[in-house]
Amino acid sequence: MTDKETQMITEKRVDIQVNGQACEITVPAWRTLLEVLRELGHKEVKCGCEKGDCGACAVLLDGKVVDSCLTLAWNAAGRSVTTVQGLGGPDNPHPLQTAFIEHGSAQCGYCTPGMIMAAKALLDDIPEPSLKDIKRGLSGNLCRCTGYTRIFSAIQAAAETLRQQETTS
Amino acid sequence: MLPPFELLEPHSLDQALKMLATSESVPLAGGTNLLPDLRARGEAGGRFISLAALDQLHGIEHSDSRVLMGARTTLSDILHDPLMPTAAPSLVSMAKVFAGSMVRNAATVAGNICYGSPSADVVPPLLSLDAELTLASAAGERTLSLNDFLLDYKKTARRPDELLISVSWAPPTTGTANLFYKLGRRRGDAITVVGVAVTITIEKGNCTKARIALGSVAPTVFRAQEAEEALVGGPLTATTIGTAAQAAAQASRPIDDIRASADYRRHAVHMLVRRLLTEAWQTAGSQHD
Repeated sequence: MTDKETQMITEKRVDIQVNGQACEITVPAWRTLLEVLRELGHKEVKCGCEKGDCGACAVLLDGKVVDSCLTLAWNAAGRSVTTVQGLGGPDNPHPLQTAFIEHGSAQCGYCTPGMIMAAKALLDDIPEPSLKDIKRGLSGNLCRCTGYTRIFSAIQAAAETLRQQETTS
Repeated sequence: MLPPFELLEPHSLDQALKMLATSESVPLAGGTNLLPDLRARGEAGGRFISLAALDQLHGIEHSDSRVLMGARTTLSDILHDPLMPTAAPSLVSMAKVFAGSMVRNAATVAGNICYGSPSADVVPPLLSLDAELTLASAAGERTLSLNDFLLDYKKTARRPDELLISVSWAPPTTGTANLFYKLGRRRGDAITVVGVAVTITIEKGNCTKARIALGSVAPTVFRAQEAEEALVGGPLTATTIGTAAQAAAQASRPIDDIRASADYRRHAVHMLVRRLLTEAWQTAGSQHD
Protein backbone atom coordinates (compact mmCIF):
# COMPACT_ATOMS: atom_id res chain seq x y z
CA MET A 1 0.00 0.00 0.00
CA THR A 2 1.32 3.44 -0.90
CA ASP A 3 1.73 6.17 1.66
CA LYS A 4 -0.92 8.08 -0.20
CA GLU A 5 -3.52 5.39 0.50
CA THR A 6 -2.94 5.33 4.24
CA GLN A 7 -2.49 9.09 4.47
CA MET A 8 -4.92 10.71 6.85
CA ILE A 9 -7.64 12.65 5.11
CA THR A 10 -8.89 15.10 7.71
CA GLU A 11 -11.75 16.72 5.82
CA LYS A 12 -13.96 15.64 2.99
CA ARG A 13 -16.68 17.18 0.88
CA VAL A 14 -19.99 15.46 1.49
CA ASP A 15 -23.11 15.91 -0.64
CA ILE A 16 -26.39 15.06 1.04
CA GLN A 17 -30.03 15.71 0.28
CA VAL A 18 -31.92 17.06 3.27
CA ASN A 19 -35.70 17.06 2.86
CA GLY A 20 -35.22 17.06 -0.90
CA GLN A 21 -32.74 19.93 -0.91
CA ALA A 22 -29.15 19.36 -2.04
CA CYS A 23 -26.56 20.38 0.57
CA GLU A 24 -22.80 20.40 0.30
CA ILE A 25 -20.62 20.44 3.39
CA THR A 26 -16.95 19.87 4.13
CA VAL A 27 -16.39 18.06 7.42
CA PRO A 28 -13.87 15.89 9.25
CA ALA A 29 -14.52 12.15 9.74
CA TRP A 30 -15.57 12.50 13.36
CA ARG A 31 -18.48 14.88 12.62
CA THR A 32 -21.88 13.24 13.08
CA LEU A 33 -24.93 13.65 10.87
CA LEU A 34 -26.70 15.16 13.90
CA GLU A 35 -24.09 17.92 14.24
CA VAL A 36 -24.14 18.63 10.50
CA LEU A 37 -27.94 18.82 10.34
CA ARG A 38 -28.10 21.27 13.23
CA GLU A 39 -25.29 23.36 11.71
CA LEU A 40 -27.34 23.47 8.51
CA GLY A 41 -30.19 24.96 10.55
CA HIS A 42 -32.24 21.81 11.06
CA LYS A 43 -32.79 22.47 14.76
CA GLU A 44 -35.86 20.21 14.66
CA VAL A 45 -33.38 17.33 14.99
CA LYS A 46 -32.73 17.12 18.73
CA CYS A 47 -29.60 16.09 20.57
CA GLY A 48 -30.38 13.87 23.57
CA CYS A 49 -28.18 11.12 24.98
CA GLU A 50 -25.65 10.87 22.12
CA LYS A 51 -25.36 7.12 22.62
CA GLY A 52 -28.31 5.58 20.83
CA ASP A 53 -30.59 5.21 23.84
CA CYS A 54 -33.14 8.04 23.51
CA GLY A 55 -33.98 8.43 19.81
CA ALA A 56 -34.41 12.24 19.97
CA CYS A 57 -32.07 12.61 16.97
CA ALA A 58 -33.85 10.05 14.76
CA VAL A 59 -34.02 10.85 11.04
CA LEU A 60 -34.69 8.81 7.92
CA LEU A 61 -31.58 7.95 5.90
CA ASP A 62 -32.64 6.63 2.47
CA GLY A 63 -35.98 5.76 4.09
CA LYS A 64 -34.53 3.87 7.08
CA VAL A 65 -34.75 5.39 10.53
CA VAL A 66 -31.37 5.88 12.23
CA ASP A 67 -29.95 7.76 15.19
CA SER A 68 -28.18 10.72 13.58
CA CYS A 69 -25.86 10.94 16.63
CA LEU A 70 -24.44 7.52 15.71
CA THR A 71 -24.22 8.19 11.98
CA LEU A 72 -21.02 9.72 10.64
CA ALA A 73 -21.65 12.50 8.13
CA TRP A 74 -19.18 10.79 5.75
CA ASN A 75 -21.40 7.72 5.74
CA ALA A 76 -24.39 9.84 4.71
CA ALA A 77 -22.58 11.02 1.54
CA GLY A 78 -24.74 10.74 -1.55
CA ARG A 79 -27.76 9.77 0.50
CA SER A 80 -31.09 11.32 1.27
CA VAL A 81 -32.06 12.53 4.76
CA THR A 82 -35.60 13.27 5.95
CA THR A 83 -36.22 15.16 9.19
CA VAL A 84 -39.61 15.77 10.80
CA GLN A 85 -39.74 19.07 8.87
CA GLY A 86 -39.52 17.11 5.64
CA LEU A 87 -42.75 15.26 6.46
CA GLY A 88 -44.80 18.45 6.51
CA GLY A 89 -45.29 21.80 8.23
CA PRO A 90 -48.16 23.92 9.62
CA ASP A 91 -49.64 24.37 6.13
CA ASN A 92 -49.37 20.75 5.03
CA PRO A 93 -49.01 18.57 8.11
CA HIS A 94 -48.42 14.85 7.75
CA PRO A 95 -51.18 12.70 9.32
CA LEU A 96 -48.72 11.73 12.07
CA GLN A 97 -48.11 15.40 12.92
CA THR A 98 -51.86 16.13 12.93
CA ALA A 99 -52.55 13.11 15.13
CA PHE A 100 -49.81 14.04 17.62
CA ILE A 101 -51.44 17.50 17.97
CA GLU A 102 -55.00 16.17 18.21
CA HIS A 103 -54.11 13.50 20.76
CA GLY A 104 -51.99 15.81 22.92
CA SER A 105 -49.02 13.50 22.41
CA ALA A 106 -46.37 16.11 23.21
CA GLN A 107 -45.69 17.62 26.59
CA CYS A 108 -42.21 19.16 26.63
CA GLY A 109 -41.91 18.11 22.99
CA TYR A 110 -38.21 17.30 22.97
CA CYS A 111 -38.71 13.64 22.03
CA THR A 112 -41.49 14.37 19.51
CA PRO A 113 -39.43 14.80 16.30
CA GLY A 114 -37.68 11.47 16.91
CA MET A 115 -40.94 9.78 17.93
CA ILE A 116 -42.60 10.90 14.69
CA MET A 117 -39.70 9.73 12.54
CA ALA A 118 -39.64 6.29 14.22
CA ALA A 119 -43.42 6.13 13.78
CA LYS A 120 -43.09 7.09 10.10
CA ALA A 121 -40.60 4.25 9.53
CA LEU A 122 -42.92 1.85 11.39
CA LEU A 123 -45.97 2.76 9.30
CA ASP A 124 -43.96 2.51 6.06
CA ASP A 125 -43.08 -1.04 7.12
CA ILE A 126 -46.35 -2.08 8.81
CA PRO A 127 -49.36 0.01 7.65
CA GLU A 128 -51.71 -1.67 10.12
CA PRO A 129 -49.65 -2.05 13.29
CA SER A 130 -50.83 -3.72 16.49
CA LEU A 131 -50.09 -2.02 19.80
CA LYS A 132 -47.22 -4.50 20.18
CA ASP A 133 -45.81 -3.48 16.78
CA ILE A 134 -46.01 0.20 17.82
CA LYS A 135 -44.23 -0.47 21.10
CA ARG A 136 -41.52 -2.41 19.28
CA GLY A 137 -41.21 0.30 16.63
CA LEU A 138 -40.75 2.97 19.30
CA SER A 139 -38.58 0.93 21.67
CA GLY A 140 -35.60 3.15 20.87
CA ASN A 141 -37.39 6.39 21.73
CA LEU A 142 -37.64 7.68 25.27
CA CYS A 143 -40.28 10.13 26.50
CA ARG A 144 -39.99 11.29 30.10
CA CYS A 145 -43.28 13.29 30.20
CA THR A 146 -46.22 11.58 28.56
CA GLY A 147 -46.17 7.96 29.68
CA TYR A 148 -46.41 7.02 25.96
CA THR A 149 -50.19 6.31 25.98
CA ARG A 150 -51.12 9.34 23.88
CA ILE A 151 -48.17 8.76 21.56
CA PHE A 152 -49.41 5.22 20.85
CA SER A 153 -53.01 6.40 20.28
CA ALA A 154 -51.82 9.13 17.88
CA ILE A 155 -49.88 6.58 15.82
CA GLN A 156 -52.92 4.29 15.64
CA ALA A 157 -55.06 7.23 14.49
CA ALA A 158 -52.48 8.33 11.91
CA ALA A 159 -52.23 4.76 10.60
CA GLU A 160 -56.00 4.77 10.11
CA THR A 161 -55.90 8.14 8.27
CA LEU A 162 -53.06 6.96 6.04
CA ARG A 163 -54.93 3.75 5.18
CA GLN A 164 -58.05 5.76 4.27
CA GLN A 165 -55.96 8.08 2.08
CA GLU A 166 -54.49 5.01 0.43
CA THR A 167 -57.91 3.51 -0.42
CA THR A 168 -59.40 6.79 -1.69
CA SER A 169 -56.40 7.78 -3.83
CA MET B 1 -18.78 15.71 20.21
CA LEU B 2 -16.62 12.82 19.08
CA PRO B 3 -12.85 13.11 19.57
CA PRO B 4 -10.86 13.43 16.32
CA PHE B 5 -10.03 10.15 14.59
CA GLU B 6 -8.94 8.88 11.23
CA LEU B 7 -11.39 7.01 9.00
CA LEU B 8 -10.10 4.88 6.13
CA GLU B 9 -12.68 4.00 3.48
CA PRO B 10 -11.69 0.88 1.52
CA HIS B 11 -13.72 0.04 -1.60
CA SER B 12 -12.92 -3.67 -1.67
CA LEU B 13 -12.38 -6.45 0.84
CA ASP B 14 -8.77 -6.89 -0.35
CA GLN B 15 -8.09 -3.22 0.24
CA ALA B 16 -9.69 -3.40 3.71
CA LEU B 17 -7.56 -6.43 4.65
CA LYS B 18 -4.39 -4.70 3.45
CA MET B 19 -5.26 -1.69 5.59
CA LEU B 20 -5.89 -3.93 8.61
CA ALA B 21 -2.54 -5.64 8.07
CA THR B 22 -0.47 -2.51 7.68
CA SER B 23 -2.05 0.04 9.98
CA GLU B 24 -3.10 -0.21 13.59
CA SER B 25 -6.82 0.11 13.09
CA VAL B 26 -10.21 -1.15 14.15
CA PRO B 27 -13.07 -2.10 11.78
CA LEU B 28 -16.10 0.20 12.03
CA ALA B 29 -19.48 -1.18 10.93
CA GLY B 30 -22.71 0.13 12.50
CA GLY B 31 -20.84 2.14 15.11
CA THR B 32 -23.54 1.68 17.74
CA ASN B 33 -21.01 0.38 20.31
CA LEU B 34 -17.82 1.95 19.05
CA LEU B 35 -18.96 5.56 18.71
CA PRO B 36 -20.60 5.88 22.19
CA ASP B 37 -17.46 4.26 23.66
CA LEU B 38 -15.23 6.69 21.84
CA ARG B 39 -17.36 9.61 23.00
CA ALA B 40 -17.27 8.39 26.62
CA ARG B 41 -13.49 7.88 26.61
CA GLY B 42 -12.78 11.09 24.71
CA GLU B 43 -9.56 9.61 23.32
CA ALA B 44 -8.37 11.28 20.14
CA GLY B 45 -6.18 9.72 17.48
CA GLY B 46 -7.85 6.36 16.80
CA ARG B 47 -7.89 4.87 13.34
CA PHE B 48 -10.95 3.09 11.98
CA ILE B 49 -11.71 1.23 8.80
CA SER B 50 -15.20 1.87 7.51
CA LEU B 51 -16.95 -1.23 6.15
CA ALA B 52 -19.73 0.90 4.64
CA ALA B 53 -18.69 0.34 1.01
CA LEU B 54 -18.12 -3.41 1.32
CA ASP B 55 -21.51 -4.60 0.11
CA GLN B 56 -20.30 -8.20 -0.31
CA LEU B 57 -20.31 -8.46 3.51
CA HIS B 58 -24.03 -7.74 3.56
CA GLY B 59 -26.86 -10.22 3.18
CA ILE B 60 -28.19 -13.65 4.12
CA GLU B 61 -28.02 -16.80 1.96
CA HIS B 62 -30.05 -19.90 2.70
CA SER B 63 -29.43 -23.42 1.43
CA ASP B 64 -30.88 -26.69 2.75
CA SER B 65 -27.82 -27.46 4.80
CA ARG B 66 -26.45 -24.06 5.76
CA VAL B 67 -27.38 -20.45 6.51
CA LEU B 68 -24.66 -17.94 5.62
CA MET B 69 -24.94 -14.46 7.06
CA GLY B 70 -22.61 -11.68 5.94
CA ALA B 71 -20.83 -9.85 8.73
CA ARG B 72 -22.49 -6.53 8.01
CA THR B 73 -26.01 -7.96 8.22
CA THR B 74 -28.02 -5.77 10.60
CA LEU B 75 -30.48 -6.75 13.30
CA SER B 76 -33.27 -5.33 11.09
CA ASP B 77 -32.14 -7.55 8.20
CA ILE B 78 -32.66 -10.57 10.48
CA LEU B 79 -36.20 -9.38 11.29
CA HIS B 80 -37.02 -8.78 7.62
CA ASP B 81 -35.63 -12.07 6.30
CA PRO B 82 -38.65 -14.28 5.42
CA LEU B 83 -36.78 -17.57 5.99
CA MET B 84 -35.16 -16.67 9.31
CA PRO B 85 -38.12 -17.73 11.52
CA THR B 86 -37.39 -21.35 10.54
CA ALA B 87 -33.61 -21.00 9.97
CA ALA B 88 -33.00 -19.53 13.44
CA PRO B 89 -36.14 -18.94 15.55
CA SER B 90 -34.05 -17.86 18.56
CA LEU B 91 -32.25 -15.23 16.49
CA VAL B 92 -35.57 -13.69 15.41
CA SER B 93 -36.89 -13.63 19.01
CA MET B 94 -33.65 -11.91 20.01
CA ALA B 95 -33.74 -9.32 17.21
CA LYS B 96 -37.25 -8.25 18.31
CA VAL B 97 -35.95 -7.19 21.74
CA PHE B 98 -32.53 -5.91 20.64
CA ALA B 99 -32.16 -2.19 21.53
CA GLY B 100 -34.56 0.02 19.51
CA SER B 101 -35.51 0.50 15.83
CA MET B 102 -32.76 2.96 15.00
CA VAL B 103 -30.01 0.85 16.55
CA ARG B 104 -31.42 -2.31 14.90
CA ASN B 105 -31.09 -0.56 11.52
CA ALA B 106 -27.40 0.16 12.11
CA ALA B 107 -25.99 -2.47 14.49
CA THR B 108 -24.38 -5.44 12.74
CA VAL B 109 -24.07 -9.10 13.64
CA ALA B 110 -20.27 -8.97 13.38
CA GLY B 111 -19.99 -5.86 15.51
CA ASN B 112 -22.06 -7.41 18.28
CA ILE B 113 -19.95 -10.59 18.22
CA CYS B 114 -16.52 -8.94 17.93
CA TYR B 115 -17.16 -6.42 20.69
CA GLY B 116 -17.00 -9.45 22.99
CA SER B 117 -19.49 -8.19 25.56
CA PRO B 118 -21.05 -10.79 27.91
CA SER B 119 -24.40 -9.10 27.23
CA ALA B 120 -24.11 -9.30 23.41
CA ASP B 121 -27.60 -10.53 22.52
CA VAL B 122 -26.66 -11.88 19.10
CA VAL B 123 -24.33 -14.43 20.71
CA PRO B 124 -26.53 -16.81 22.79
CA PRO B 125 -28.82 -17.74 19.85
CA LEU B 126 -25.86 -18.32 17.51
CA LEU B 127 -23.95 -20.25 20.17
CA SER B 128 -26.98 -22.48 20.70
CA LEU B 129 -26.96 -23.18 16.93
CA ASP B 130 -23.25 -24.18 16.89
CA ALA B 131 -22.48 -21.23 14.59
CA GLU B 132 -19.12 -20.93 12.88
CA LEU B 133 -17.28 -17.75 12.06
CA THR B 134 -15.08 -17.05 9.06
CA LEU B 135 -12.29 -14.55 9.59
CA ALA B 136 -10.26 -13.12 6.73
CA SER B 137 -6.86 -11.47 6.69
CA ALA B 138 -4.36 -10.56 3.98
CA ALA B 139 -2.77 -13.97 4.70
CA GLY B 140 -5.97 -15.96 4.07
CA GLU B 141 -9.14 -17.19 5.70
CA ARG B 142 -9.88 -19.40 8.69
CA THR B 143 -13.11 -20.76 10.12
CA LEU B 144 -13.62 -21.46 13.81
CA SER B 145 -16.57 -22.12 16.07
CA LEU B 146 -18.18 -19.20 17.86
CA ASN B 147 -17.57 -21.17 21.06
CA ASP B 148 -13.80 -21.07 20.44
CA PHE B 149 -13.95 -17.42 19.40
CA LEU B 150 -15.11 -16.13 22.79
CA LEU B 151 -12.12 -16.06 25.13
CA ASP B 152 -12.80 -13.72 28.04
CA TYR B 153 -14.46 -10.42 28.96
CA LYS B 154 -14.31 -8.33 25.75
CA LYS B 155 -11.59 -10.65 24.51
CA THR B 156 -12.02 -12.72 21.36
CA ALA B 157 -9.83 -14.86 19.10
CA ARG B 158 -9.84 -12.18 16.38
CA ARG B 159 -6.31 -11.00 15.58
CA PRO B 160 -5.99 -7.24 14.94
CA ASP B 161 -5.32 -7.90 11.24
CA GLU B 162 -8.44 -10.05 10.85
CA LEU B 163 -11.95 -9.17 9.79
CA LEU B 164 -14.97 -11.30 10.66
CA ILE B 165 -16.60 -11.73 7.25
CA SER B 166 -19.41 -14.24 7.81
CA VAL B 167 -21.34 -16.37 10.28
CA SER B 168 -22.90 -19.70 9.32
CA TRP B 169 -24.87 -22.51 10.88
CA ALA B 170 -27.01 -25.53 10.01
CA PRO B 171 -30.73 -24.72 10.25
CA PRO B 172 -32.57 -26.71 12.95
CA THR B 173 -33.77 -30.15 11.86
CA THR B 174 -37.31 -31.48 12.36
CA GLY B 175 -37.89 -32.21 16.02
CA THR B 176 -35.66 -29.36 17.12
CA ALA B 177 -36.76 -26.43 19.24
CA ASN B 178 -34.62 -23.28 19.25
CA LEU B 179 -35.69 -20.63 21.75
CA PHE B 180 -34.39 -17.40 23.27
CA TYR B 181 -35.46 -15.28 26.19
CA LYS B 182 -34.06 -11.93 27.31
CA LEU B 183 -34.63 -10.74 30.84
CA GLY B 184 -34.19 -6.97 31.03
CA ARG B 185 -35.38 -4.02 33.08
CA ARG B 186 -37.67 -2.97 30.23
CA ARG B 187 -38.73 -4.68 27.01
CA GLY B 188 -36.77 -2.54 24.59
CA ASP B 189 -33.63 -0.44 24.71
CA ALA B 190 -32.22 -2.34 27.69
CA ILE B 191 -28.97 -4.12 28.44
CA THR B 192 -29.65 -7.78 29.17
CA VAL B 193 -29.79 -8.93 32.81
CA VAL B 194 -29.89 -12.60 31.78
CA GLY B 195 -30.10 -13.99 28.23
CA VAL B 196 -30.83 -17.65 27.57
CA ALA B 197 -30.89 -19.57 24.28
CA VAL B 198 -31.62 -23.28 24.03
CA THR B 199 -31.60 -25.75 21.15
CA ILE B 200 -33.13 -29.14 21.89
CA THR B 201 -33.50 -32.02 19.43
CA ILE B 202 -35.93 -34.81 20.22
CA GLU B 203 -35.78 -38.06 18.21
CA LYS B 204 -38.13 -40.97 18.96
CA GLY B 205 -39.00 -39.44 22.31
CA ASN B 206 -35.41 -39.01 23.44
CA CYS B 207 -33.27 -35.91 23.59
CA THR B 208 -30.38 -36.43 21.17
CA LYS B 209 -28.85 -32.96 21.30
CA ALA B 210 -28.97 -30.11 23.78
CA ARG B 211 -27.40 -26.67 23.70
CA ILE B 212 -27.83 -24.10 26.47
CA ALA B 213 -26.16 -20.71 25.97
CA LEU B 214 -26.17 -18.08 28.70
CA GLY B 215 -25.55 -14.34 28.38
CA SER B 216 -24.74 -11.65 30.97
CA VAL B 217 -23.89 -14.13 33.72
CA ALA B 218 -20.14 -14.68 33.18
CA PRO B 219 -17.20 -12.80 31.61
CA THR B 220 -18.34 -14.11 28.21
CA VAL B 221 -21.47 -15.66 26.79
CA PHE B 222 -20.94 -19.38 27.38
CA ARG B 223 -22.47 -22.86 27.01
CA ALA B 224 -23.58 -24.62 30.18
CA GLN B 225 -22.16 -27.97 29.07
CA GLU B 226 -22.89 -29.95 32.23
CA ALA B 227 -26.50 -28.88 31.97
CA GLU B 228 -26.56 -29.99 28.31
CA GLU B 229 -25.10 -33.39 29.21
CA ALA B 230 -27.78 -33.91 31.87
CA LEU B 231 -30.41 -33.84 29.12
CA VAL B 232 -28.99 -36.02 26.36
CA GLY B 233 -29.84 -39.73 26.06
CA GLY B 234 -33.35 -39.93 27.45
CA PRO B 235 -36.71 -38.20 27.45
CA LEU B 236 -36.91 -34.81 29.14
CA THR B 237 -38.73 -35.03 32.45
CA ALA B 238 -39.35 -32.58 35.27
CA THR B 239 -36.38 -34.20 37.03
CA THR B 240 -33.86 -33.95 34.18
CA ILE B 241 -35.00 -30.42 33.36
CA GLY B 242 -34.61 -29.47 37.04
CA THR B 243 -31.12 -30.99 37.16
CA ALA B 244 -30.08 -29.13 34.01
CA ALA B 245 -31.50 -25.82 35.27
CA GLN B 246 -29.59 -26.19 38.52
CA ALA B 247 -26.38 -27.10 36.67
CA ALA B 248 -26.78 -24.02 34.46
CA ALA B 249 -27.23 -21.78 37.50
CA GLN B 250 -24.16 -23.33 39.14
CA ALA B 251 -22.05 -22.83 36.02
CA SER B 252 -22.94 -19.11 35.97
CA ARG B 253 -20.49 -16.61 37.42
CA PRO B 254 -22.57 -13.44 37.51
CA ILE B 255 -21.64 -10.09 39.05
CA ASP B 256 -23.59 -7.48 41.02
CA ASP B 257 -24.18 -4.33 39.00
CA ILE B 258 -26.71 -1.52 38.60
CA ARG B 259 -29.12 -3.79 36.74
CA ALA B 260 -29.26 -6.79 39.10
CA SER B 261 -27.46 -8.65 41.84
CA ALA B 262 -25.46 -11.80 41.21
CA ASP B 263 -27.90 -13.81 43.35
CA TYR B 264 -30.86 -12.59 41.35
CA ARG B 265 -29.12 -13.44 38.09
CA ARG B 266 -28.25 -16.96 39.24
CA HIS B 267 -31.85 -17.50 40.34
CA ALA B 268 -33.11 -16.14 37.00
CA VAL B 269 -30.84 -18.55 35.09
CA HIS B 270 -32.38 -21.45 37.02
CA MET B 271 -35.94 -20.31 36.34
CA LEU B 272 -35.43 -19.32 32.69
CA VAL B 273 -33.53 -22.47 31.72
CA ARG B 274 -36.29 -24.56 33.31
CA ARG B 275 -38.96 -22.55 31.51
CA LEU B 276 -37.28 -22.70 28.08
CA LEU B 277 -36.45 -26.41 28.36
CA THR B 278 -40.06 -27.18 29.27
CA GLU B 279 -41.27 -25.17 26.29
CA ALA B 280 -38.64 -26.79 24.04
CA TRP B 281 -39.71 -30.26 25.16
CA GLN B 282 -43.32 -29.48 24.28
CA THR B 283 -42.48 -27.84 20.92
CA ALA B 284 -39.88 -30.34 19.73
CA GLY B 285 -41.82 -33.33 21.03
CA SER B 286 -45.04 -32.30 19.28
CA GLN B 287 -43.30 -32.12 15.88
CA HIS B 288 -43.30 -35.95 15.87
CA ASP B 289 -46.89 -36.52 16.92
